[in-house]
Amino acid sequence: MTGAATSGEAVLSVRDLTVRFGTKRGPARVVNGISYDLAAGETLAIVGESGSGKSVSVLSLMKLIPEPPGKIDGEVIFRGRDLVAASEADLQAVRGNHMAMIFQDPMTSLNPVMTIGHQLTEPMEHHLDLSTTDARTRAVDLLELVGIPSAARRLDDYPHQFSGGMRQRVVIAMGLACDPEVLIADEATTALDVTTQAQIVELVQRLQEQLGMAVIWITHDLGVVAGIADRVLVMYAGRIVEEGLVDDLYADPRHPYTLGLLASLPKPGADRPETLFSIPGLPPDPIVLPPGCAFWDRCTYRLDAACRSDVPELRTVAPGHKVATHYDITAESP
Amino acid sequence: MTGFVVRRLIQVLLALLGVSIIVFALIHLVPGDPVRVALGTRFDQEIYDRLVQRAGLDKPLLEQYFSWLSNALTGDLGVSFRSGRPVTAVVLERLPATITLAFGALFVALVISIPVGIVSAVRSGSKLDYVATAASQVGVSVPDFWAGIMYILLFALTLSWLPPSGYVSFAESPWEWVRHLVLPAVTVGLISGSILTRFVRSAVLEALNQDYVRTARAKGLPESRIIRKHVLPNAWIPIVTVIGLQLGFLLGGVVVVEVIFAWPGLGRLALIAVQDRDFTVLQGAVLYIAFMFLMINLVVDLLYAYLDPRVKYE
Repeated sequence: MTGAATSGEAVLSVRDLTVRFGTKRGPARVVNGISYDLAAGETLAIVGESGSGKSVSVLSLMKLIPEPPGKIDGEVIFRGRDLVAASEADLQAVRGNHMAMIFQDPMTSLNPVMTIGHQLTEPMEHHLDLSTTDARTRAVDLLELVGIPSAARRLDDYPHQFSGGMRQRVVIAMGLACDPEVLIADEATTALDVTTQAQIVELVQRLQEQLGMAVIWITHDLGVVAGIADRVLVMYAGRIVEEGLVDDLYADPRHPYTLGLLASLPKPGADRPETLFSIPGLPPDPIVLPPGCAFWDRCTYRLDAACRSDVPELRTVAPGHKVATHYDITAESP
Repeated sequence: MTGFVVRRLIQVLLALLGVSIIVFALIHLVPGDPVRVALGTRFDQEIYDRLVQRAGLDKPLLEQYFSWLSNALTGDLGVSFRSGRPVTAVVLERLPATITLAFGALFVALVISIPVGIVSAVRSGSKLDYVATAASQVGVSVPDFWAGIMYILLFALTLSWLPPSGYVSFAESPWEWVRHLVLPAVTVGLISGSILTRFVRSAVLEALNQDYVRTARAKGLPESRIIRKHVLPNAWIPIVTVIGLQLGFLLGGVVVVEVIFAWPGLGRLALIAVQDRDFTVLQGAVLYIAFMFLMINLVVDLLYAYLDPRVKYE
């Protein structure tokens, strides 16, 4: 973990980011006003279950969701400029160059009919104006950096000639091509088997230390988060419900949802429980969000009348630790 | 690769054998007698019997088939009942006109469908997409015989820009060859083009929605480059399949259009052969059409290996 980096200056500031999608049943409010800063060299994990809006929230940072039906509001300040208001040309100059992204499924995120060498050199030729020869040399370096054996010989291979884990390494190399300040990993290990997952997590950690970029790591896997993140945002129904340093959050979770997520983690070494704990119910439909706390339905506290009428604001409960609930709870409280 | 081609060619031969059996059986199931039709009003029992015997039509069907087959294997497809000329020669002399029309029509179809299909997929949901979709719907629905007649009325008879019908060989006059080709090629090409436009649109749309396109966007590439380098190379694979089918269909002759434009192609040859009960010519024409179709399929399969690195033939 690169904990020291967290105090650095913010490379990315997200303010009141809101994403809606027009649907036949009305607007789906997928991301509902989230704000956070990303420090240089920091690893920020965004966790939440499927449909919590975590992927959409990071895709909208570079406006990678289709508009329409999507609609992005708020501010994404990066390199002194608001990306939400930026032109398509300005966004293209940022994408893959200063801010890069690696996606969930390496089986589908690479173009099947283009050699990986070509896919790797493409952003370098475009953003860095490298000649084909220079770009290929750098591509070999990158492939070696991400641990692909005999990289030079594999440049002219196609994606189907690589295993899933190797493909994800290629995707990561592609993300690193232009030396970005921010690397976003959207469920980058979800489609991989556990051993490969660990390798990829380790790889990204090593690269981050070597290259000093900031990483946003989107996942629903709290086990991965514990190993990699400096700071964690917990998202639920398009809002941040808890935010804190990874150690604080694991040691002292304050939101009923975070408590539930942590309780549902199997504990290695402990006696095997009869059944794993799971949070009952499902996340709310983004088209008909409740007026109060979105977690009300599934919450084990929900005693206060305010829960049903007022959306709890994110408030600071300890230095660097914020939570959005009407309760003051700790892991020890009933 | 060579092994694959050899195996496929053997399959082609087997398929042709199957086709020949079916065609032979069908022809003999349909009532009508080629010799009687050939003699027409000059009918004379003695001549009739002699001709039937000479053509071997008095022998059992199986024997007729096998004697035809053994000749066919040596390249001799028999003699036309109608004209007395070798079937191979009759079919071959129809080839230039057939190939001219097929490729002319395909050219028209591709010139329309590729750009329109791509633009309508990229701008899907736009007015342009709407108009293109509506136009291709009309193109598919309008019958070719009606469209052909309308073009003749307008461009040949009223405006006198183009000849109403007929075929001039390229060797004779390249300019007249083109002028005679335009109307039939447009008639057939607009229909093929309408069908292809829909396929191109859906193939491009499909490719546009793939994850690797999102990856390409995340790299910061301009949209035009994404379309050119990521979308189209993937969209070509299904498009080539449909182009192959269309070409196979066109090379088989477009009967109605050939009749309207007095085009000396295979379709019209086959039609006349049916009317005359000219068994041998019909058999030869159908075999040739099947052969063309199978060969184009083979070429399409080989193209896959070129377009898609995942496809390998051993």
